Amino acid sequence: MSDLLAQAQGADAPAPSLWDLPFPSLDALNEACGRIPQSRDLTRGLEQGFLDIKDALSLVLDPITQPLSWMLNGALWTILNTPWWIVIPALLLVTFFVARSWGLVGFVAACIGLLAFIDHYEFAMQTLAIIFVCAFLCVLLGVPIGIGMSRSDAAQRAIIPVLDMLQTLPPFVYLIPLIFLFSVTEPKLYGIAIILYAIVPVIRLTDLGIRLVDPAVIEAADAFGMTDRQKLYGVQVPLALPNIMAGVNQTIMMSLAMVVIASLVSAPGLGVLVLRGIRNLELGVGLVAGLGIVLLAIILDRVTKASLARVNASQKAGG
Amino acid sequence: MSDEAVKIRIRELYKIFGEDPQAALEQVKAGMSKPELLDQTNHVLGLSDINVDIRDGLTTVIMGLSGSGKSTLIRHLNRLIEPTAGEVLVDGEDILDYGPAQLRDLRRRRMSMVFQKFALFPHRTVLENAALALDVRGIARAEYEKEATKWLDRVGLGGNESQFPHQLSGGMQQRVGIARALASNSEIMLMDEAFSALDPLIRTDMQNLLVELQAELQKTIVFITHDLDEALKLADHLVILNEGAVVQQGEPQHILLHPADPYIEDFVSDINRARVLKVRSVMTRDEGPAGPIAGEVDQEATLEDVISISEGDISKNYLVTKDGQRVGTLKMKDLVKALVPSKPAEDGIRVKMSA
Repeated sequence: MSDLLAQAQGADAPAPSLWDLPFPSLDALNEACGRIPQSRDLTRGLEQGFLDIKDALSLVLDPITQPLSWMLNGALWTILNTPWWIVIPALLLVTFFVARSWGLVGFVAACIGLLAFIDHYEFAMQTLAIIFVCAFLCVLLGVPIGIGMSRSDAAQRAIIPVLDMLQTLPPFVYLIPLIFLFSVTEPKLYGIAIILYAIVPVIRLTDLGIRLVDPAVIEAADAFGMTDRQKLYGVQVPLALPNIMAGVNQTIMMSLAMVVIASLVSAPGLGVLVLRGIRNLELGVGLVAGLGIVLLAIILDRVTKASLARVNASQKAGG
Repeated sequence: MSDEAVKIRIRELYKIFGEDPQAALEQVKAGMSKPELLDQTNHVLGLSDINVDIRDGLTTVIMGLSGSGKSTLIRHLNRLIEPTAGEVLVDGEDILDYGPAQLRDLRRRRMSMVFQKFALFPHRTVLENAALALDVRGIARAEYEKEATKWLDRVGLGGNESQFPHQLSGGMQQRVGIARALASNSEIMLMDEAFSALDPLIRTDMQNLLVELQAELQKTIVFITHDLDEALKLADHLVILNEGAVVQQGEPQHILLHPADPYIEDFVSDINRARVLKVRSVMTRDEGPAGPIAGEVDQEATLEDVISISEGDISKNYLVTKDGQRVGTLKMKDLVKALVPSKPAEDGIRVKMSA
């Protein structure tokens, strides 16, 4: 009897072994039962869903973000239509006011001079203009968000996962939904990508800085009848300033990283040259542009660090 | 001392830390003790049934060991901590009924505070720190500068106005703290272990400064300390706290001579009584001299002073005077008796108390 049974089963196909049991994924289940959706339906559904809300979303987002385009266009136009003998001294003047160090001014002059000498002046200035606009907006938005976070534990719990996600998403992924929402020729596309990517450290460090203010000092502020506003502007923000400045430094560095990637979506500047180096296998062009970005990074880092040191020196540990 | 008006009246004040203080309060009022409350409900009894009258123009010292609730108590006076139950009346008004604006006004104009860890603003100059109360009221720098400079000079910091706190030593920082409190011109000064973080010699300097200032300004001072010597030096009225409750309060000399329970006996047994006790506390109020009189002493002189005058001769008697008027007689025998605690502390009392 058992022989007969074995013959009946094994005659057509070998018995499926437990060894080959597939994981019950969507695709495997779909094979067994056609009514269960396949995995590609998930990505397709997501895409379709996004396309469905896209028009409504851009109806809202487009006007709100339009000033960003104007600012970027304005900054790019201004920096390229002002003669170099005004722009370079202006940058050096800013360096001096922020850092108060002649050595650093000399270093910045040498770096910009070198970039201009090898005819990378325009590209470098475009990159700088974009970074200035985006970093400025990051501080403008990020500091108030950080302050809000520091005042409410609930807000902190809600915002931290968002910040974690923004920080860990691969930078290219930001660009995908933005391409759907906005026209690729518009500067706000890369502006938004840069801001989203670079705003994280300034928010985090503003929150941290305010939370680290000595509770004894806050108690003294309360005991002398300070209002919340007086406490915020008179005590918390000034004492958190070293941390906020460290956040600004990180934000500027991260916008520089993103501005290179954003050249994929028509952001002008040194990134375009890097991209050309990759696309056309022009080794020299890519490398020189890359080194130019390193120079810009060093300048920006040194200048913001010098201003941070100045803030630190004026209030030390103290309390 | 009872002829001074009451400035701050604390009535049946309770503070319980925990999830549901009101429920715990019922249990405490029903007689549950601090350890039981912690064991059974996980609530900490911070203050229990505090009744203290703080009199106008005098220094009230609240003394206790760490954990006795003294810092919690002083923070109830300007509501940095909210009580669980009770009343705090300042000039007859219950400050627990105050809204935010009234409370701010109280803190800006009527009370100032000095902190153990100084709590100066590290990003502001000494002058700006001293002028904090004025600045908070919205007074412009040009106007407050003179007032703040005056108080900085008064505490011995003339010339340091433009420095930052971290450039000063601990003692100097606390002088800024005191100038900051004085510059607010408030009638009430709260001092939370103001001198505890300082070196012993600097601490003595600061105590002398405070005594001197108080003689001149007659503020209502509430001073917190864990140091009995400091308490006896400064206090007009002494309140001793233990485990969040008042153990004894009254005139310091009286507490020293008549400790109410073993906890306080134990405390006062370590004190140099000759330096603290005053002639008025041990003299006899009598009509005629009981024997030969060796000289006159003021009633506010310490026993130490008299011992040095008498050169150690215990058979002498002295006339005691107040403002030149004769008020009694001091027998050196009584003086020597007073130097020994009435009931010497038994060994192990402190262990028993904390167990």
